[in-house]
Amino acid sequence: MSGYTAVTEHDLEPMLAAIGVDSIEQLFDGIPAGVRLSGEIDLPPGEPEQDVYAELHRLAQRNVCTEDETTFLGAGMYDHYVPAIVDMLMSRSEFLTPYTPYQPEVSQGGLQVMFEYQTAISELTGLPVSNASLYEGPSAVGAAAYLAKLSNKRPRVLVSRGVHPDSRETLRTLAVGYGTTVQEIALDDAVTDLNALSDALSDDVSAVILQQPNFLGAIEDVAALSAAAHEHGALAICAADPLTLGVIEAPGRQGADVCVGEGQTLGNRLDFGGPSFGFFAATEQHLRSMPGRIAGETIDADGRRGFVLTLQTREQHIRREKATSNICTSQALNALAGVVYLSWLGREGIVEIGELMLQRTHYARETLAAIEGVSKLHDRPVVREFALRLDVGGPDGVSRVVERCAAAQINAGFALARAYDEYGDGLLVAITEQRSRQDIDRFASVLAEAVAAERARAAAGAAA
Amino acid sequence: MSILDGGATAQQRERATTLYEKGAPGRRAYVAPQLDVPHVDDLIPQGMRRAEPPRLPEASEPEIVRHFVNLSKRNFDLDSGFYPLGSCTMKHNPRLHERVAALPGHARLHPLQDPKRAQGALELMFELQGALGEIAGLPHVSLQPSAGSHGELAGVLLTRAFHEDRGEQRTKVLTPDSAHGTNPATVTMAGYEVVKVKLDADGGVDVEDLRAKADRDTACLMLTNPSTLGIFDPNIEEIAEIVHGVGATLYYDGANLNAIMGYSRPGDMGFDIVHFNLHKTFTQPHGGGGPGAGPIAVSERIEPYLPRPQVVCSAPANGGPPAFDLDYDRPKSIGKLRGFQGNYGVFVRTYAYIRSLGAEGLKDVSEVAVLNANYLLARLRDEVGDLLPLAFGERCMHEFVLSGAPMKKALGIRTLDLAKRLLDHGMHPPTVYFPLVVEEALLIEPTETETRETLDAFVDAIASIVREAADDPEIARDAPYSTPVRRLDEAGAAKRPRVRQSL
Repeated sequence: MSGYTAVTEHDLEPMLAAIGVDSIEQLFDGIPAGVRLSGEIDLPPGEPEQDVYAELHRLAQRNVCTEDETTFLGAGMYDHYVPAIVDMLMSRSEFLTPYTPYQPEVSQGGLQVMFEYQTAISELTGLPVSNASLYEGPSAVGAAAYLAKLSNKRPRVLVSRGVHPDSRETLRTLAVGYGTTVQEIALDDAVTDLNALSDALSDDVSAVILQQPNFLGAIEDVAALSAAAHEHGALAICAADPLTLGVIEAPGRQGADVCVGEGQTLGNRLDFGGPSFGFFAATEQHLRSMPGRIAGETIDADGRRGFVLTLQTREQHIRREKATSNICTSQALNALAGVVYLSWLGREGIVEIGELMLQRTHYARETLAAIEGVSKLHDRPVVREFALRLDVGGPDGVSRVVERCAAAQINAGFALARAYDEYGDGLLVAITEQRSRQDIDRFASVLAEAVAAERARAAAGAAA
Repeated sequence: MSILDGGATAQQRERATTLYEKGAPGRRAYVAPQLDVPHVDDLIPQGMRRAEPPRLPEASEPEIVRHFVNLSKRNFDLDSGFYPLGSCTMKHNPRLHERVAALPGHARLHPLQDPKRAQGALELMFELQGALGEIAGLPHVSLQPSAGSHGELAGVLLTRAFHEDRGEQRTKVLTPDSAHGTNPATVTMAGYEVVKVKLDADGGVDVEDLRAKADRDTACLMLTNPSTLGIFDPNIEEIAEIVHGVGATLYYDGANLNAIMGYSRPGDMGFDIVHFNLHKTFTQPHGGGGPGAGPIAVSERIEPYLPRPQVVCSAPANGGPPAFDLDYDRPKSIGKLRGFQGNYGVFVRTYAYIRSLGAEGLKDVSEVAVLNANYLLARLRDEVGDLLPLAFGERCMHEFVLSGAPMKKALGIRTLDLAKRLLDHGMHPPTVYFPLVVEEALLIEPTETETRETLDAFVDAIASIVREAADDPEIARDAPYSTPVRRLDEAGAAKRPRVRQSL
């Protein structure tokens, strides 16, 4: 028994009498004997709250989190500061415990939050319409390709190799279902190869998919790539990091028809990968084929301003097999965190945090690349993340360097060999606003030592 | 204006204003860290540098807090009152779950942390996989899907991979008329044709119609059991036999798994693939519409195709503690469905819930959910049974569907009017107009966490609305009166969409 139910013996008797049965078991008589569980579920007995807390605390202690080390790991999710008001507002019962606003008269708070969220995403991406959020980033990329398929019925999408590996894999998984073939476009000096893209483009291409900045941290020429897509009537889809859009030009102003992305960087915790939210914005013409919930402004019976879920005839609960997506809910609570965070950063803060990341990232890149045995993998402009080459004999050498740094409580970043065969000596390093110059300097000295030790080890091995 | 008290409430008098309309130029909440490195100009070339910054709000922290707190007060929520929204399982959200999910070791763990340094998270996921597999009666679990709908998509893509691996190209998926909308929508996204199966007179799958429609082109039957009508399909064994007989898979939409824990398991019913709605069955705060999570459990024959990575455990030969890892080496996998490993924060809460309740507690959940639903049904039948009859059968599982058709005929108020008037009684209405197979449907799911007193109060509210409507149906037709806004013009909103603040 738990403290979450409230039926006592005193309650049970009149309840059973009202129903007209003698026991609770009788209510399960409709389950045929052949499919009944003969014994009990094989799980341990329940425990009191304090014991469950202790167990979950024990498990938490077995993880090395961003409070236990200085982390330079990013590659899709980042250790940004989450302001206290986000926690405070997300934990309010009125936001935490309702469901989808099916009854708008008692859901104006949530609906207006969605409306303000959509406005913020529209502003960030430079596109006029946004939905109220999707599951998360990579599946939002898959959703964007599906919108392209619905829009022009063409059978192929081209995806830059600079798009997050999880996004590319998710896209391939989902595209099998809706019958789109996926072709990758190579990188040339760390950005999407425009010539390769032009060669691959033809009138059967539904969409071209890019990422800004790309997985190697490089800023892409979205304008040129979008123009190439448009020449063949394909949609330009850009996956973007929203927190860099205070300093990088908005994809929507560079020709992107759809801009999607991972929202974790906007006030959401790392949570070992989720829940967070995916955002989805597009040009006006795609409004009626967008996936997911959309809040719209309207008036009530007395003429008061109010908000509702709108254009629901796109959605699965109305259109069923003809819906523009199978998604049911949004990620409302995570999107709330996103809009509170963006409100907290504000008009000036979104630029300031971008500028700070830009400067510290530049400093870190130059400082680390000056280390013996370390060089830049590319020299493209970057905002928060950049790729290095470690001259330590390939992926195993890089792993050992990362391991040595970890022993000094520094998480050195993402070894690119985990996702790119062609960058076996690569290391992807992220600098959020939480990494100070002091952190970067300490990282430099630890990395210098680790690389030197690894090179000495390799040299000793070669000599032997 | 309220016709009941003659005036608007304070909330109604306050015009809704967005944060973009509040604040003032130059106001701010954010204080940036000091620039502690040498400033370098032009790090982003012209043309790539943003020309006009995004026009986000300009407000101080107190303004922001007040704005969102006041917005929150314009929401109805589960912590404040009864929320019998059928099929959504609006049960109490234990706050222990929020506390443990917020522990830095969980909340601030990077998804790409070296598995050696994320052993606690992987242990939790491994244990949760085991528990879910046991509850479902199916041995293999992937936690990755982000929601029920995402789990459904995974399931149909798994079915495709399973058949294609055998050299079979199948074209259609069967769904009963009572299915959630996500089922047919998923089928389309996964590239199959939807074929609808009729219901029989008792609300179950029409076995003869199923037999006629199931053939070698059939990839899958997607079924919710108990169904959205709150009925456990008595012919489930025969249904499984028909589906398996044509080489198709049987997919279990786990939206209603909370009704049968400890009594029956989808795996034992013959299902090949099950999705769980962790946010429903295992109570995650619904967050105003997400997040949730939709893990899947599958049979042996489906296992090779599961999304990657899988959480695996190896016990060292020397008898040391087990080690957990992520296994990407799965050549037949359908691949990833999303980034990283899934909604871990939801897994933490689910795991806490399962540890708190144990086997006995989970069975108690289902028993009390079914008891509460049947009690509420019995009481409503006594009070308003002639106007709001049960759509199918005599009793129900954890939820039930009433038809408002007789009420509409007798009193001239629709299900929608009843729902809106309930808002004035401080209760959230049930799900309305779903399932589609019932005219003027009201789908009611009280959940196990409500007290008898609450259920009685709901009956009183319904009875009083019906009595009131017998006197004057206009009152319900114009309801609600006491809410922050009154009925909203949804048609107008769709006709001229305003989906962002104009600035």
